[in-house]
Amino acid sequence: MSQQAGAYYIPHGSRWPIIAAVGLFIFMWGAAHWLDGIEPEGPILLFTGLAIIIFMKFGWFGEVIRESQRGAFNAQVDVSFRMGMMWFIFSEVMFFGAFFGALFYSRGLQVPWLSGEGHGALTNYYLFRGYTGGWPTAGPDAIGGAFKTVPAWGEPLLNTLLLLSSSVTITIAHHALRDGHRRRMLVFLAATPILGALFLWFQAHEYIDAYTHLNLTLHSGIYGATFFLLTGFHGLHVTLGTIMLLVILYRTWRGDFSKEHHFAFEAVAWYWHFVDIVWLGLFLFVYIL
Amino acid sequence: MNTDAAIHHDDAHHDDVPKGFVHRWLFATNHKDIGTMYLVLALVMFFIGGAMAMVIRAELFKPGLQLVQPYFFNELTTLHGLIMIFGAIMPAFVGLANWQIPLMVGAPDMALPRMNNLSFWILPFAFLLILSTLFMPGGAVAGGWVMYPPLILQTGESLAFTIFAIHLMGISSIMGAINIIATILNLRAPGMDLLKMPLFVWTWLITAFLLIAIMPVLAGAVTMLLTDRYFGTNFFNAAGGGDVLLYEHIFWFFGHPEVYVMILPAFGVISEVIPTFARKPIFGYKPMVYATASIAFLSFIVWAHHMFTTGLPVGAQLFFMYATMLISVPTGVKVFNWVATMWKGSMTFETPMLFAVAFVILFTIGGFSGLMLGLVPADYQYHNSYFVVAHFHYVLVSGAAFGIMTGVYYWLPKWSGHMYSERWGKIHFWLSAISVNVLFFPQHFLGLAGMPRRIPDYNVAFADWNMVSSIGGFVFGASQLIFVGNIIYTVYFARDKAPARVWEGARGLEWEVPSPAPHHTFSTPPTILPGMLAHGDITH
Repeated sequence: MSQQAGAYYIPHGSRWPIIAAVGLFIFMWGAAHWLDGIEPEGPILLFTGLAIIIFMKFGWFGEVIRESQRGAFNAQVDVSFRMGMMWFIFSEVMFFGAFFGALFYSRGLQVPWLSGEGHGALTNYYLFRGYTGGWPTAGPDAIGGAFKTVPAWGEPLLNTLLLLSSSVTITIAHHALRDGHRRRMLVFLAATPILGALFLWFQAHEYIDAYTHLNLTLHSGIYGATFFLLTGFHGLHVTLGTIMLLVILYRTWRGDFSKEHHFAFEAVAWYWHFVDIVWLGLFLFVYIL
Repeated sequence: MNTDAAIHHDDAHHDDVPKGFVHRWLFATNHKDIGTMYLVLALVMFFIGGAMAMVIRAELFKPGLQLVQPYFFNELTTLHGLIMIFGAIMPAFVGLANWQIPLMVGAPDMALPRMNNLSFWILPFAFLLILSTLFMPGGAVAGGWVMYPPLILQTGESLAFTIFAIHLMGISSIMGAINIIATILNLRAPGMDLLKMPLFVWTWLITAFLLIAIMPVLAGAVTMLLTDRYFGTNFFNAAGGGDVLLYEHIFWFFGHPEVYVMILPAFGVISEVIPTFARKPIFGYKPMVYATASIAFLSFIVWAHHMFTTGLPVGAQLFFMYATMLISVPTGVKVFNWVATMWKGSMTFETPMLFAVAFVILFTIGGFSGLMLGLVPADYQYHNSYFVVAHFHYVLVSGAAFGIMTGVYYWLPKWSGHMYSERWGKIHFWLSAISVNVLFFPQHFLGLAGMPRRIPDYNVAFADWNMVSSIGGFVFGASQLIFVGNIIYTVYFARDKAPARVWEGARGLEWEVPSPAPHHTFSTPPTILPGMLAHGDITH
């Protein structure tokens, strides 16, 4: 590390973080009001907070982009950004880990115990006699009524192929960026959020189908809870990732990224791969098995 | 470029300090300013949480209901826990990290200064959110800080507010931890190899990793509470195939590493202070690093020792018991190394050293009672009793909080440029060290005799020791006013200037810059010369 005085860029004062904190606070405050049925304050606060957050995103990212374009960031600053993104993705992995853990625990231990396996024999005998467990299940009381699961080899398989090919397209775009093939980069980068949006379309269709035809809802016992929370949070991440891809597409078209200097592009690509890998876990453990 | 030149360069920037409250504090990007805000917030929260503890001890002063209604009592025990953990101890350690890590590794600031500001400013709002629930219909959450379902799902309107406050705290902690890791891994001065870093920096690196791993898991757990309460899911409802114990498993997967989040940075502070006042390098530097890493690893596979009485399979109980026992090995390495560092040292006992020595002794007592609790058959008796309360207050008050006070007395002269009052520091120490034992030691007896936690009234058989404990509590609470007084005195009124190397035996880059530390330090990475570092010779 050899650097000149002040080479590591330290921003001196920024209004955006405090705006972000206020926005987040109002957003969550509104969400809590809304959940408690306090209207219209709840939705008003929530959408005000959301508006502040969106405004902040434009402002903060805009500030960073301008700094980047006037060459404020050296290689060391770039490494800090990369570490930030990598550890953020790790925290996301752990967030999904909590829900995967809930799935494995319920399916592998809890439901067998409720149905009388192991030391659950008396529980089953006294409380849930006749409950035989198995998976999928809505529990001894069959909360939410009988339901069917989404078959893995229909839309979920299609969605797997869509997301996998979107990972390929963004990788081709990345290579094209590094090799300086602008047209190829734009085409393949544009294909990626389209694939993401298609995924979301089929996911929404699958949800509607689950609610209207399969009677699989959020209330369908532990299966419904784990199914919708896992796929729902994943879908939320695909949504965010698609928005990020659109931003990157716009910035690529504008010519913000050079062959060497394109951290934002790579960060979004990493995030997209992460979303893809989580989906593979979902496809295997939620749909197939 | 040598360090002297760097210092002169920094001095020239003295008037870089932003003018005006808004620019200096709301728009802050300076690690020292943000560190100060974290520490002030932690102190305020320490007194809010402390006031709740005082009401709890006053209610328990004698049997019968005297001061507060039982439900309010439960709100107090719950909020006391949440506020002390997330509002006092964790922000205090992040404050110490903000001030010290860039100074200790020779970095110009934290790696991501704007995000640093955001991770701080989220916190006051989070606590506004959680404290506001006290005034809501139905009151604040009152099921204990662990928030076990199904009890917690019976909370009134405040549950959603509390859960979102916890989400905010989690976001703040994750961003703070990412910043600390990026600073340590990316912004070290040339020559500051990983195995030459001060131990405080090492413990924080590992703590930050723990935080990023566990805070999202807590977020997941409370999100499931939220959906169970408001969206009709059945995660914690056995009739729907769920399980209340699922919550306990996820919560304690967060909760056990969390206790190391609160103690590892204290280990780091103690590992800085004891060598300084023993005037000897730390005994066994590398074993200290490896012990910290081992504790962090083991902390992920012991969580169910909080759940021995829930009916886990015997095999699981045995696994978690033995894994828990295993943690005492690296912890023992640390305690023995601190003692060995003091062995034959030229020791003096200024206030930070007094707190550090008390930490070693009292934390060890807390560790031993932890071992007792980790034994499955013994835990069947101790579980949910005051013995547990005594145990975790020994490790969190005379452990973590004493560690923070050690750090504050040790570095306050560097931050403020003035010496604190040694006389009042010593008075604060002796009053605290004695009263904390009067406060918590009798709770061991109460617990062993069968007094449960979280009750406002109790059998008259427990009266005597409760009164003793409450008296200790009041003295301990009052003694902390001396702490605040001493800090205010040091920052605003003290006359005697602190030298750059505040303590004769202190080594490390933070002692190479003047006191008070200039607003910007190490804008140019310092050249580390032989003898500057506390551990490791730069010439090798």
